[in-house]
Amino acid sequence: MAGLEDLYREIILDHYRTPRNRGELDAPAVSAEGHNPLCGDEIRIFVDVQDGVVTDVRFNGSGCSISQSSASMMTSAIKGKPVDQVKAIVKKFKSMMTVDEDESPVDESLNLGDLEALQGVVKFPVRIKCATLGWNTLLDALTTAGQ
Amino acid sequence: MSLDVASIRKDFPVLHRLINDKPLVYLDSANTSQKPQVVIDALANFMANGYAPINRSAYQLAAEATDLFEGTRTALAKFINAPKAHEVIFTKNATEALNLVILSWGRANMKAGDTVLLTHMEHHANIVPWHMLVAERGIQLRWIPLTSDGQLDLSNLDSLLQGVKVFSFTAMSNVLGTINPVQQLCAAAHKAGALAIVDACQSVPHQLTDVQAWDADFVTFSSHKMCGPSGVGVLWGREALLEALPPFLGGGNMIADVRLDGFTTAELPAKFEAGTPAIAEVIALGAAVRYLDNLGMANIRRHEIEMSTYVLNSLTERFGDDITIHGPTNPELRGATFSFAFRGIHPHDLSQVLDQSNVCVRAGHHCAKPLMRILGANATARASFYLYNTQQEADMLADALDSASDIF
Repeated sequence: MAGLEDLYREIILDHYRTPRNRGELDAPAVSAEGHNPLCGDEIRIFVDVQDGVVTDVRFNGSGCSISQSSASMMTSAIKGKPVDQVKAIVKKFKSMMTVDEDESPVDESLNLGDLEALQGVVKFPVRIKCATLGWNTLLDALTTAGQ
Repeated sequence: MSLDVASIRKDFPVLHRLINDKPLVYLDSANTSQKPQVVIDALANFMANGYAPINRSAYQLAAEATDLFEGTRTALAKFINAPKAHEVIFTKNATEALNLVILSWGRANMKAGDTVLLTHMEHHANIVPWHMLVAERGIQLRWIPLTSDGQLDLSNLDSLLQGVKVFSFTAMSNVLGTINPVQQLCAAAHKAGALAIVDACQSVPHQLTDVQAWDADFVTFSSHKMCGPSGVGVLWGREALLEALPPFLGGGNMIADVRLDGFTTAELPAKFEAGTPAIAEVIALGAAVRYLDNLGMANIRRHEIEMSTYVLNSLTERFGDDITIHGPTNPELRGATFSFAFRGIHPHDLSQVLDQSNVCVRAGHHCAKPLMRILGANATARASFYLYNTQQEADMLADALDSASDIF
């Protein structure tokens, strides 16, 4: 059986206790809201996209340690990156979570850094939706931003 | 007579299962209850030795199946003190039973501007169908608020009921455990000229039900929370109201005649039972009803008051301000269903840690999001106790809660 140490890694708890990029962004930044209908977790992701680059990103809402830390790590990983690279990171992360749906190849050379700590979530299938909530909401926000 | 819980536990095979070499502590019966051997046997025996269609074939096997199926209806009618067995309608779950009465009655009797009174502690099944009628018919919804300890605030009940066509409410909250004064609420509804619909899903498994003493108009509940199989819900309604109610689902079994230009409905209860029902599950529900009836619903209720007293006292003594238990503090006013917040740990994380000790609780919004917003939470953890749960299991819950603090 998978132990809790696989799930609650120290870096995850650190992002949960001290979330990075928590807050809101004003226009022209756009936002999207995500819900986990099973558990009531809610998240809002704000992105500011300038000339094809995610210049700033914030999140707020409430949820479990996995959804919150995953969103926090996500914002750290994508801030300042071009949108196409951000999408490649999203794809790589969803692939790690076993929920990458489209056929295009994953960029194996990408280094997910701290996000690798979330690998253990896969051993707890019910929690995969927690880990991916912020990511799916980010994609919605990017769509709203016309990306 | 007090319940012999040790003996009852022997009746439930799953309670003896070890998961990762540790015993199972099942505290999620408000979600769905475990099944005693008599129910499992009834299901298996019918599948193995008696399976046949009901209501439509002349051979002996089919006649036996029909008798067994109708036997459950008769047993249920007695169990809830319904005047007539054909007032008991089988649906696929309690949600469908509520949809049947709300949508069918609402479409036939409600127009724009008509008002329905609901409460802030309703399950989505007693909210969303009404929202559908708001969209379809332009009806209006009015709500009874809650007191700080999770009871209905009835101080303005009479004025809230003014001009109301339907008062639809839960007999017992699936989140707060609150037991509502059903008889008083039905009387108030009728005094105001309103129909009284009672969602008794959480109540029927845990205490005596007397639809005539309640003086309700419609009552809904489910099989799977009262030791029966899933796949069966129950609608009880007054005979005259059911006679007047248009059918909900159309198809086989619910007709007296079908012509090219229309149809005539069958008599009760077939009128509301279109298509092949969950035959084996309904028959096994009969075994669950007899099982509960033999133990005595008053005895089950007394056991749960004792459990509530123990849970409230022991958790409060052990954790003080670190735990917030929602709902009434008086065990007489509540069932043994406890939603709680613990040391700021998110309910999902809490339930994940409890699972390491095989303590099964539900974490989430419990299909009551409006109530969650009022409680100021997106989710709560919920431990719910039933006839097979012990004080020792309440202690195991407390021990497991303590271990969560080591991580967060």
